[in-house]
Amino acid sequence: MATPMLSVRDLSVRFDTPHGSVRAVDGVSFELHEGETLGLVGESGSGKSVTNLALLGLVPSPPGVVEAREVRFGERDLATLPPAELRRIRGNEIAMIFQDPMTSLNPLLTVGRQLTEVLEEHRGLSRSEARTLCARGLGDVGIPEPEARLDAWPHELSGGMRQRVMIAMALLCRPRVLIADEPTTALDVTIQAQILELLADLQERHGTAIVLITHDLGVVAGMADRVHVMYAGRLVEAARTDDLFGRPLHPYTEGLLASVPSFDGDPTQALASIPGQPPDLVDLPPGCAFAPRCPLASDACRARTPLLEEVTDPRSSRRRRSACLDALALAERHAGEASR
Amino acid sequence: MTRFLLRRLMWFAITLWVVVTVSFFLMRAVRGGPFDNDRALHESIERNIKARYHLDWHPFKQYLHYIGPLNLDEQGPEFLGGDGTRPFGGVLTGDFGPSFKYRDFTVNDIIGQSLPISVSLGVIALLWALALGLTVGIASALWRGTRIDVGLRLVATAGIAVPNFTIAGFLVIGFVFVLPLFPVAGYGTWRHLVLPGFALGGPFAAYIARLTRTGMLEVLSQDYIRTAHAKGLPPRTVLLRHAIKGGVLPVVSYLGPATAGILTGSLVIERIFAIPGTGSHFVNSALNRDYTLAMGVTILYTVLVYSLNTAVDFAYTLLDPRIDLEES
Amino acid sequence: MERSGWDLGRDDVEHLLHEAAAMRGESLWQDALRRLRRNRAAWSSLLFLALVAAVSLFAPALPLPSPVTLDLQLEPQPPVAPWSVWGSHGFEPDYWDLTAVDGLLVKARLAVFGDWQTGHWLGTDGKGRDILSRIVWGSRTSILVALAATLCSLLIGVTYGALSGLLGGRVDNLMMRVVDVLYSIPFIFLVIFLITLVNEYRTELEDRFGIDREVVFFIVIGAVYWLTMARVVRGQVLSLRNTEFVDAARVIGASTARILFVHLVPNVLSIVIVYLTLTIPAVMLFEAFLTFLGLGIEPPKVSWGLLAVDGSEMVNPVRIYWWLVVFPAAAMASTLLALNVLGDGLRDALDPKLRGKD
Repeated sequence: MATPMLSVRDLSVRFDTPHGSVRAVDGVSFELHEGETLGLVGESGSGKSVTNLALLGLVPSPPGVVEAREVRFGERDLATLPPAELRRIRGNEIAMIFQDPMTSLNPLLTVGRQLTEVLEEHRGLSRSEARTLCARGLGDVGIPEPEARLDAWPHELSGGMRQRVMIAMALLCRPRVLIADEPTTALDVTIQAQILELLADLQERHGTAIVLITHDLGVVAGMADRVHVMYAGRLVEAARTDDLFGRPLHPYTEGLLASVPSFDGDPTQALASIPGQPPDLVDLPPGCAFAPRCPLASDACRARTPLLEEVTDPRSSRRRRSACLDALALAERHAGEASR
Repeated sequence: MTRFLLRRLMWFAITLWVVVTVSFFLMRAVRGGPFDNDRALHESIERNIKARYHLDWHPFKQYLHYIGPLNLDEQGPEFLGGDGTRPFGGVLTGDFGPSFKYRDFTVNDIIGQSLPISVSLGVIALLWALALGLTVGIASALWRGTRIDVGLRLVATAGIAVPNFTIAGFLVIGFVFVLPLFPVAGYGTWRHLVLPGFALGGPFAAYIARLTRTGMLEVLSQDYIRTAHAKGLPPRTVLLRHAIKGGVLPVVSYLGPATAGILTGSLVIERIFAIPGTGSHFVNSALNRDYTLAMGVTILYTVLVYSLNTAVDFAYTLLDPRIDLEES
Repeated sequence: MERSGWDLGRDDVEHLLHEAAAMRGESLWQDALRRLRRNRAAWSSLLFLALVAAVSLFAPALPLPSPVTLDLQLEPQPPVAPWSVWGSHGFEPDYWDLTAVDGLLVKARLAVFGDWQTGHWLGTDGKGRDILSRIVWGSRTSILVALAATLCSLLIGVTYGALSGLLGGRVDNLMMRVVDVLYSIPFIFLVIFLITLVNEYRTELEDRFGIDREVVFFIVIGAVYWLTMARVVRGQVLSLRNTEFVDAARVIGASTARILFVHLVPNVLSIVIVYLTLTIPAVMLFEAFLTFLGLGIEPPKVSWGLLAVDGSEMVNPVRIYWWLVVFPAAAMASTLLALNVLGDGLRDALDPKLRGKD
């Protein structure tokens, strides 16, 4: 496979609070390739957003402390880049859109001002030159009468429109990577579909790689090429989307999939849920963080922390990665179920 | 916009009318007038004085005369039995009548002489309160949690916790007696206004600093600040363009009460520094039962504060597009 | 065994109830207290205020010189450190009219300490009165005035605000418009005006109704400071009236009274308490302000405002009597500072948005 455009090695983020150190992200490594969509799923608090904020140096410090062996982006290592240079990459080569378009736009500045400043900053354009490009950018994301919308205030737009503005803003500099942090969570279901379609369409046109952060497995299934699952600040499984959905190799992934309601499910059947609560990240016990909630947990699981390791899926013979000691057993069970 | 102003005006007229009416009749109902406190006057002299100030009229006639716009005395319009030389008068025409104590002056004369002094003192105090308060507040928010922040907050809180005449006392000890930089009292040059302005504005600077700090911290924790950083804007741009505007909004709405407070504070400060401003006249007039002067100053300050409040509300809508005047 | 998702077994229900009980945990107040204790600045402010209150309450029992006995001398005496003059004998009980309880406290003092009194640790004023004693005795007046006036503003403000919020609609609109209008009047001018008018009837009020100047004072200040309280309470009531938890209470059939006392009162109370800690300092400053203008506390009684006024009047270029300015100001500033810090701490502790975090 070609060299990845973004490669993260051992990224950790901790927050030092008076009540102890919170390990929000613990030794996360992943790669992102040209033009692909990588889904990052997990419950809230699993560290998926913080991981991406940390890449761009957006974790507030103090209390946040970011450590990484390497964050290679093209020729550069973002982990050691001085803040001013990292800033030149943000919004330019790597852009981000956030969960809540209601609060992510500054209510005291016009939409136009918030768009043009990106081009003024990264391209050195004058405000009037930037306006033309921004209007075109708004048109690209399907906003009618883009010229007029430039003078609108954020509160005059609907939620869906605002998220389109956010996307237009992120894509103004034609970034190579777009990090979309729960881009549809705060929106109505019909608008959700439109926004996802828009993202897919834009990706096709511009070849942008997307990191899609979400807790909605449905969104991931439709959009992502590969999926990484996070739990308690660690990656617990990484696989191609269809492999993951077909044969999860981690009990947590399995639990997540089982808790998704489906149309063809039995309506009288109670929806499965994962028992217990996500762990408190302040004093994480040794061993697998999922062990207390895991039906397969053994003493070995509690003894040491399992790492994300390669497993060969016996059915497809594809190499996959899972942080479960029993991954192979799970795989074999899937194989058994499938042959039955 | 027009509707907003009209509605404001209507409420203002109602308020002012209530204030004037209630205080006018209270004043008349109270035993003891302005002329019988020091020594007993000869009966005929007293009658003369009462006639001169129309205190011998029926209170309701006095009231109508005081309010205006028709002049009810001998100079009033002919159809009311006057000679028509001065048909209009009273508060509605901006005439607050003669002072009861300063026999040869009208209330308008006294206000006309003293108001410019008080206004310049008030403006100096407000400007200095804003300059210091905003700087300290923003600095405190940016360096939150550090020693600078803790120190600035302590000073700011102490500034709120001391009466302004005590601040004035410290200032006089420090900058007049120990370091003879400024005159101790009086009025004449700009140097006379430095210490009074400082003492008057001090508590408001402290309060503005607190408001600014809280406002800035609130704004800096907003999602849209994270967006601004994610766009790759330099920290200075994020602060100046995205944060300050929202952060100082609370200060803008505080300007109305602050002006009222500075007017109040000037009562004390003008007295300490012997500044011949409107505030000192007001206190003296209240103590001396110079009711026309006291009422005149009260009405004047009410108008001043009310119009400033309206201006501030209006400015607020210019700063915050989400606020709609028509709905508020 | 197949089981419908809607049909919970008895065990399940019990399990759920058990879990719910475990989750409810602490009440708002326990939680707030815990959070307040963790806030070191706010907690020490609370302890400091308790100390101030205790000292002021038991002032007659403390072996301090009389706050009013005049010792005609030429000028104020500077502070004498406790280690050079610890105290002296020759105390004579000399006060203004004291209540029966205070009289008992004075007796207790005489029984324990005899005629011994502390030295002039904080110096004396121009009339030979001990500054420390005057600060301690002054705290009684200042605190009493502040508490009573605040209570007065509380009564008016809460009643008005709650009524406005509960009635809603046009009435609410009109009531709040009135508050808006009153807000934009420089009220203090009116107050001074009113106090001078009331002063005409001082002796009658005192003789016939037993209303002395301080009582007028409370009422007047209360009448000024109720506005903000009314606004705050009304806003809180209005927002609570429409919250999900009140709807939820209504849905499960709670009575109006229950909603009022179980749901609304505690929530409004928290904001009222926070506001109280901010009103008391304002009233204390207002007392100083009026006293400065000669409309507040009058000798022989003493208050912090009066001390501050006395101090600032002694500022002159010949000799700097710093102790007359610094100590009263320090007493006032530290108390108001503590109230402010406590208020901030309480706001953080009671803020439901922050509950359960950290």
